[in-house]
Amino acid sequence: MWGNVLVYGVINSATFILLTLGFSIVFGISRIANFAYGAFYLSAGYLTWVFLTKANLPLFLALPLTILIMGVLGFMGYWVMIYRIRGNTLSEVIATFALGVGILEFFRWMGFVTYEFSLPFLKKGTIEIVGIPLDYQRLLIVLIAGGLLAFLYFYTHHTRIGRAFRAIAQNERTAISLGINSDFIGALSFSLGTAVTAIAAVTVLPLGIITINIGYEVLLTAMAVGIIGGLESIIGIVIASFILGFAQVLAAIYIAPHWSIVVILASILGVLLVRPSGIFGKYKELEERV
Amino acid sequence: MAQYRKERLDRPIKARCEDIFALTSMREILYLIFPRALLIVGVLIFPLLKGVVGLYWEKVLVITCVIGLLSLSWDLMAQVGLISLGQAFFFGVGAYITGILNHKFSLPPFVTIPLGTIGGGIVSTLFLLPALRARGVYFSILTLIIPLLLSRLIEATKIFGGTEGLSGLTPFQNFWIETYLPIFALLVCLFGFRRLINSDYGLIVQGVRDNDRIVMSIGINIYKIKAHILFISSLVGAFAGSFITHYYRFVGLPAFALDYSILPLACAILGGPGSFAGALVGSFILVPLSEVLRVLGSLRVVFYSLILAVCILSLPEGIFHYIQRKYHQFERIVEI
Repeated sequence: MWGNVLVYGVINSATFILLTLGFSIVFGISRIANFAYGAFYLSAGYLTWVFLTKANLPLFLALPLTILIMGVLGFMGYWVMIYRIRGNTLSEVIATFALGVGILEFFRWMGFVTYEFSLPFLKKGTIEIVGIPLDYQRLLIVLIAGGLLAFLYFYTHHTRIGRAFRAIAQNERTAISLGINSDFIGALSFSLGTAVTAIAAVTVLPLGIITINIGYEVLLTAMAVGIIGGLESIIGIVIASFILGFAQVLAAIYIAPHWSIVVILASILGVLLVRPSGIFGKYKELEERV
Repeated sequence: MAQYRKERLDRPIKARCEDIFALTSMREILYLIFPRALLIVGVLIFPLLKGVVGLYWEKVLVITCVIGLLSLSWDLMAQVGLISLGQAFFFGVGAYITGILNHKFSLPPFVTIPLGTIGGGIVSTLFLLPALRARGVYFSILTLIIPLLLSRLIEATKIFGGTEGLSGLTPFQNFWIETYLPIFALLVCLFGFRRLINSDYGLIVQGVRDNDRIVMSIGINIYKIKAHILFISSLVGAFAGSFITHYYRFVGLPAFALDYSILPLACAILGGPGSFAGALVGSFILVPLSEVLRVLGSLRVVFYSLILAVCILSLPEGIFHYIQRKYHQFERIVEI
């Protein structure tokens, strides 16, 4: 029983990390809350599906192509939409929200709702860990989540662009005065965020069939984790993912599966009451802003 | 080469109307009253014409008023800097409280609607109270996810009728009451909100939006102001929900649906945020249009989103401000 909780808790937490990273990167760097996040996630899923079944591309070609295309789309999306309204929270929120709902409902209208829409596992087969059979895909989720975190840490600390990301996140005006192009970096962060979203999509989506509601669900998950951990803090996201991941598995095993939603709602309200800026959030509350 | 620019000047009549002088001339009085009278007389007369326009369009008017109420409540919250993405939350809470009161205790509509309104207002304000301390997008995020989570909660735990909802509720039984109730509510809210926002209290409200630290430094508790506005807005939203519960004789998961969040938002942005009248203009354009487009099915939501995105990117001032400018000012080309 405890093995079950441990193994599935870790997998669940890794899934949460994957699902939240794309949202958190963009918000952490350029302070844009991307409400179109769920739509990007689902777009990546459908794009891969189209490549695999309509264009008959092999898997190892389709996945990088999807991730690349999503990254480029994110870059272009920044210049087309966000660039005009950057800095105006009301406009940013509404524009990305409208884009997200528009894309998702367009998919629904296109009829992307039947069971045939599913992605293949990256690697088939199962493995046994502490006596619990586990398929490679779930193991891969954990590995990819860990790998992405390590990559992001390395990228933001040891490359020029990555350091520019951190500079913009810390103080945009000072960064501009040092010759960093805020809009270009913003666009790059958007692109990185969408690419990470695409990676999450091709890793997590094969576990089930693709439905439109997944788009809303992913947005919901990302935001719940973000609120609990603090939207801009990667450490906060990791810890919040573990809290939520294990709480959900425990609730599902010991109470009833549908209680996992109650757990999320209760933890959001609890965190808000005790610490409105999330466990590791810094920028949210008025008094905490310097 | 001569260069030209557009110059904008107030009409003389507008300048005169800002004075007490307005009261001495019929023309000036008419200039002031005409836009307001157009709206009031228009919506009050429309139900009387039910023989001409048909019952269908009377129903559309009622829905328009309900969405108009939601978009007014959105606009009021935007005045204090709270950007909501989930008017469906207030709507749904009001609708469910009313539905439960009517279904379980068989109370008549004239009891359940006030109770649902006040109860919905209190419940949703209490829910969102912790979020008021957070600034920026956090409030938007919460208002977006809470209705979605609540509908999933109802779906999973099967409380309050689960996915089936509660049906067979008491209808109004009187055409005039069910048509004029939302119309009067809409007019009261519109003119009440405009008056509120132009009062001294309204100045503080706008101050909280523009620069909350200055308002704090004067010694005003901004959280109290935000909570007041949130409560008023959620009252209006909950009223819309309780009314529609008895109107449709049904309450269920659709009450928390995204439609009730995105349509009022699109109306307010299309009409122009910040003036309340804009929200109304927006809903009187968009809701009838969306009824016409009902054949498109779920593509309608795509259509709202498209309008929303285009408006926010290229027409951020909204239709109402454009009309207002044309009414009060004239433009001419002058040489630089």
